[in-house]
Amino acid sequence: MARIIVDDVFCKGCGLCVAACPKGVLALDQERITPKGYHPAKQVKEGCIGCSSCYATCPDVAITVVK
Amino acid sequence: MAKPNTTITLPEYQQERIGSQIAEGEKIVSARPRVLSDVVTNYCPGCTHGIVNRLVAEVINELGIEGKTVGIAPVGCSVMMYDFFNCDMIEAAHGRAPAVATGVKRVHPENVVFAYQGDGDLASIGTAETVHAATRGEKITVIFINNAIYGMTGGQMAPTSLPNQVTQTSPYGRDVSKVGYPVRIAEMVSTLDGVAYVERVTCDSRKHIMDAKKAIKKAFQNQIDGLGYSLVEVVATCPTNWGMTPLDAFQWLRDNMLPYYPLGVYKDVVADGFANAAEAALERAKDCPIAQQGKEE
Amino acid sequence: MAQKTNAQERVLMKGNEVLAEAAMRAGCRFFFGYPITPQTELAAYMAKRLPLIGGTFLQAESEVAAINMVYGAAAAGARVMTSSSSPGVSLKSEGVSYMAGADLPGVIVNVQRGGPGLGGIQPSQSDYFQATRALGHGDYFMPVLAPSTVQEMADLIYDAFDLADEYRTPAMILADGMIGQMMEPVQLPEERDPSTLPAKPWATSGTHMERKHNVVNSLYLSPEKLEETNRARFERYEQIKEKHQRAELMMCDDAEIVVVAFGAASRIARTAVRDARAAGIKAGLLRPITLWPYPTKAIDELCEGSARAFLSVELNMGQMVDDVRLAVSGRASVDFYGRTGGVLPTPEEVFAAIQKVAAGLEPEAAAAGGVAGGVLPHPIDRKSTYERGE
Repeated sequence: MARIIVDDVFCKGCGLCVAACPKGVLALDQERITPKGYHPAKQVKEGCIGCSSCYATCPDVAITVVK
Repeated sequence: MAKPNTTITLPEYQQERIGSQIAEGEKIVSARPRVLSDVVTNYCPGCTHGIVNRLVAEVINELGIEGKTVGIAPVGCSVMMYDFFNCDMIEAAHGRAPAVATGVKRVHPENVVFAYQGDGDLASIGTAETVHAATRGEKITVIFINNAIYGMTGGQMAPTSLPNQVTQTSPYGRDVSKVGYPVRIAEMVSTLDGVAYVERVTCDSRKHIMDAKKAIKKAFQNQIDGLGYSLVEVVATCPTNWGMTPLDAFQWLRDNMLPYYPLGVYKDVVADGFANAAEAALERAKDCPIAQQGKEE
Repeated sequence: MAQKTNAQERVLMKGNEVLAEAAMRAGCRFFFGYPITPQTELAAYMAKRLPLIGGTFLQAESEVAAINMVYGAAAAGARVMTSSSSPGVSLKSEGVSYMAGADLPGVIVNVQRGGPGLGGIQPSQSDYFQATRALGHGDYFMPVLAPSTVQEMADLIYDAFDLADEYRTPAMILADGMIGQMMEPVQLPEERDPSTLPAKPWATSGTHMERKHNVVNSLYLSPEKLEETNRARFERYEQIKEKHQRAELMMCDDAEIVVVAFGAASRIARTAVRDARAAGIKAGLLRPITLWPYPTKAIDELCEGSARAFLSVELNMGQMVDDVRLAVSGRASVDFYGRTGGVLPTPEEVFAAIQKVAAGLEPEAAAAGGVAGGVLPHPIDRKSTYERGE
């Protein structure tokens, strides 16, 4: 099963990855705030297919995709 | 030349904070290219500069040219780019990146030199430097970010702002009867003889981002192959100064920017059947005797 | 310092061409410029010679582009230069400021013509302020060397490259149309192989994956960091001031009136000082060779010795005279005589100005309040604002 790891150091919570995910498994984590003050992206459901659409659209290169 | 990087690994600085979260047996599919440094950019959330910075970094990694690449940062939102890359970097004065790139490339032709410039930098204050570096056929790669606004200074009208576009300095909309029309760089630069390749791309979707990467890679490869000057214009967004969410900005880009700035290849001397820009220039001037002097039969 | 071998012959050459030839001998292989009178021979010489010795001559689209090509080539680690004349140098000011801010070495030649604006094309020294107060914006200086002979065109540009590299600063040759255009015999400096020059580990020429990446930059968003950088640069300036002040003294041992003149003006002043000596006036000549750092030590010594009055002779409305006043600091009177717009004074005019200063040193004139008497043959006569200190 593929999944993503978000680097909170880089994530600015812009939400582009959430919109780009074809499986709708990402969301901004409203429970957490990064050191820079953003709600970071997070995988909230199973179902990641490792397509890297989130990685491709992330302007801050905060996402690592693993399989 | 270093071997192209094929296996994807984490950059050293992410080994601990990300690497520790990767289980044994898991394989990395996508990760930060190592030529990007461990610095959080100054770009606003959702700013497409970050996407294009990453594409440039990926291309440098994939071509295995990190050690011989020299990047020229502009003045504008990407002014701090020298902090974001692990290759040698030079910060240029506003608009002068092509001249600075020329200086570097003439001293070290074996270096791969790229200039990364926004619309104010490239299409307004640095138009002369752009036109002349292109027409000289400088063997450099130029990445041009066109988001139709001055971002760093807070949203003033750019040379590429659209007709009727409201900005801080065109508060009633860009009045073309008074301030004229946007500069279409890809079209203009493609008319110059020293140019090997010009393509206009965008970054509003995964597909378009992949196309943009292909174009950027080609623009770098052209330089390595010594074909001439290459420019990739990226139609981009500025959510902050457009006053939109990043997603709405993409929609505005599709609705307004792309009809004015059509995507596509504007010049590609290789696709046109020439070996390089010089050969194409010779053919274009085939009826001019003096221009044909010294031509190899 | 430029080395010359006895075996080398003296050749007859034009000043501008000597600048070019000596620069190449100093190891310069890159020239970026834009045409302007009266420095054209320099660029033409470079265009002819550089490609033959593996160098690059490039005519840029503007002076702005040219200086930024210099910036890029300097960042890449090369010995590089540009040349221009007054209006063109104004356009280069942006790039020179960035070079200073990024600690990049390079040589800028200004073969001055009259100004402001398009001015004229005749010799002038009206860019003294521009050169010595730093060409562009920001807190910086740069070494400025002023040749007065064709031989010095060769010697000083050679030294300018070394100074620029040693202190990582732009350096300027402030010549003028007269020395640029004149022909004199010259002994050219030794040829230097660029590959033997000291390495520049800070240069941006690719990491080759062997070192951390280099950055050439003048942007510091933290005020403290910017101040620290500027202070470090000014420490280097102090070293330059300490070690590299240069001036020529002629007949100054017992001189009461010291004529101060550089470049073309010093050639005229030299004759006038000799004429004054012949007329029994104890005159001498101080010829600054470095305009920045200004040769204040030489002026100190003169003030502590026999000097009672200084007369600054310039091809402008009075610019260097301010530096003379600063250096003299009220210890002697300071006067000015100059012609502007490309008009050269005759030795007779300068001699008359010396005579006038001499008259001011007479006891009765001093009692009457300094340099009051006498009328100069030309209306440009700025009176000293300083009394002679006793």
